[in-house]
Amino acid sequence: MPQNETIRDLQLDEYKYNFVTDAEPVYRARKGLSEEVVREISAYKEEPEWMLDSRLKALQVYESKPMPTWGGDLSELDAVLDEIYFYVRPQDRMEHSWEDVPEEIKDTFEKLGIPEAERKVLAGVGAQYESEMVYHSLREEWEKQGVIFDSIEDGLKNHPDLFREYFGTIIPTQDNKFAAMNAAVWSGGSFVYIPPGVHLDTPLQAYFRVNQERMGQFERTLIICDEGASAHYIEGCTAPVYSTESFHSGVIEIVVKKNARFRYTTIQNWSNNMYNLVTQRAVVHEGANMEWLDGNLGSKLTMKYPSCYLVGEGAHGEILSIAYSGDGQHQDTGGKVVHVAPHTTSSIISKSISKGHGRSTYRGLCKVHKGAHHARSNVECDALLINDTSRTDTYPYIEIEEDDANVGHEASVSRIGEEQLFYLTSRGISEEEAMAMIVRGFIEPIAKELPLEYAVELNRLIELEMEGSVG
Amino acid sequence: MSSEPMSDTHILKIESLEAKVATENLDILNGVNLEIGKGEVHAIMGPNGSGKSTLAKILAGHPSYEATAGRVLFKGQNLFELDVDERSRAGIFLAFQYPVEIPGVSIANFLRTALQAHLVDEEELDIFEFTDMLTERMSMLEMDISFAERHVNDGFSGGEKKRNEILQMAVLRPTLAVMDETDSGLDIDALKIVANGVNKLTEEDPEMSILLITHYQRLLNYIKPDFVHVMVDGRLVRSGGPEIALELEKDGYKNWKDSGAVSSGVPKTA
Repeated sequence: MPQNETIRDLQLDEYKYNFVTDAEPVYRARKGLSEEVVREISAYKEEPEWMLDSRLKALQVYESKPMPTWGGDLSELDAVLDEIYFYVRPQDRMEHSWEDVPEEIKDTFEKLGIPEAERKVLAGVGAQYESEMVYHSLREEWEKQGVIFDSIEDGLKNHPDLFREYFGTIIPTQDNKFAAMNAAVWSGGSFVYIPPGVHLDTPLQAYFRVNQERMGQFERTLIICDEGASAHYIEGCTAPVYSTESFHSGVIEIVVKKNARFRYTTIQNWSNNMYNLVTQRAVVHEGANMEWLDGNLGSKLTMKYPSCYLVGEGAHGEILSIAYSGDGQHQDTGGKVVHVAPHTTSSIISKSISKGHGRSTYRGLCKVHKGAHHARSNVECDALLINDTSRTDTYPYIEIEEDDANVGHEASVSRIGEEQLFYLTSRGISEEEAMAMIVRGFIEPIAKELPLEYAVELNRLIELEMEGSVG
Repeated sequence: MSSEPMSDTHILKIESLEAKVATENLDILNGVNLEIGKGEVHAIMGPNGSGKSTLAKILAGHPSYEATAGRVLFKGQNLFELDVDERSRAGIFLAFQYPVEIPGVSIANFLRTALQAHLVDEEELDIFEFTDMLTERMSMLEMDISFAERHVNDGFSGGEKKRNEILQMAVLRPTLAVMDETDSGLDIDALKIVANGVNKLTEEDPEMSILLITHYQRLLNYIKPDFVHVMVDGRLVRSGGPEIALELEKDGYKNWKDSGAVSSGVPKTA
């Protein structure tokens, strides 16, 4: 795939580059997970020995851990995992065509007004396109400041010491079954380093990163925000990501050092067949500030609990999450805050919307360890049910080992009320628009924290989702 | 007036209207007849449970109430053929007794959406014109512009909620405003502010008709009705001029609760 390909080229001739894949010798990874697959991945990426060893060890851990039974329904997952390819080389990716993409996905792209070229990327039938001009000027500016913003593979190649110092230290292989799986077969993701005292005004957007494996099923991201630095990283977009594979398991590790500030924003909208099991965690040092802003739409089942380990005195962690569960979907999401040091503070605000037979679960943990005196934490989770058939559950776990901890928890469940609808429609607003308005209002406290273009997209998407919800 | 054809003068015509709560079999309205002309201010007074608010909700199309007999013509059109939003776009406005909270939605956004819905033929509401208009409406009602950024009725005092209703009325400029117990829960200062707002709107648009629904006479000290009706047990048992309100203030509703006294037909308004 030529690197200088532009959006315009793609629009002119969508199948122009198909010969590239035809010309390649066909490599097929084996279905399912095995030592051989892991070795192939590592060899293909020309990794150092230690990384191969780390992957193989992770595979053992993965195999030794039972399938979790505490969250969403994973009973059919084993069968799914037997059928998927754990690694497909980038040049072998374009094996399905635009015609194979389901109509409903195309329809959503259309309604969202996603540009042609981008639709193909999102549907996995086109190459990554890059907004070269914008990207390069930003990149130059970042490089001048010593910022590293690479693919995870390039991070390992070009910054081996820094990489090795932190990789797998925030989320160790043993953490959970899917973190272990990711550690064995990871591919794609970002490597980010912000030097001490550097403040980035423009968000780092994964969108701009040159990496053909951005849509990887087993992405791995490692971010180090050094002392006194500040930055905002944005991953994903609100358009539905279509993949023929039905499993995604990412791992995001973040270190926020002394007095640094970091925000990680991700909005993901997976197609309805997807199991989306993600582990994301930040270690927050003295006086530092970490914010997760997490939006989950689509998928069959998402299990995702961004977490903050507050290990330095005065560290602050914040988790804002929105989950939207449509018909047949289960969003099992929430957040974890672990107070290890004194005077640490945290807040979790979680909002979920369930429509049709959709189900949203809030699952959260607030833990205050011995020694974390004067810790303060506040958890607020609000669920909105659109239909009588929608469902929501709340599992807030609180474990406190210090007497003076100040921990608050509030939960609310509301239904779009007849009175609210009557009020809005009595002003001439259609019932559909009224419903969308109520939902937009419900998520407003979180949407207002998003960059404008994301907030606009999210609102539009919710409007689309609300279509047909009126009997 | 009597020489003109009815359809020209009557904005609203209610004929033998009977209604009940949709999920129950208990009749609340038992044959209401009422005609409201262009620019007229009518007041319906009555004791609690007489059916006043049900009438207001039936006119606006509340889904919990169901008309079982009779009909309502609004500008000559059968009102029951219109959905709630269509009634609003046709020119009916209900000022709620209990305005509903819509968290996260600003008043400005709400009003813009509502006004956009009122435009015909996919005409696009100009955001600058809208802002100018909203600013002008708010200053006419002596409201601070920052009020428009607050979320609809969320955490509002009783007075603020009612003023927000009047603001919506001022923006949407209905043909007929039905004001359901607008005075309830207001202290005298708040009541004066709200009544002043309504009076400004009727001065501005003398053709706007108003149906005031109230339990107490005091609102009628500030908004002068042309006609006053008394509702008891789902019927209008007496109609006349403003003097009826004063009588009620003096004697209460007790004389009217004896339905035998009013069994002889339903009074006409004009």
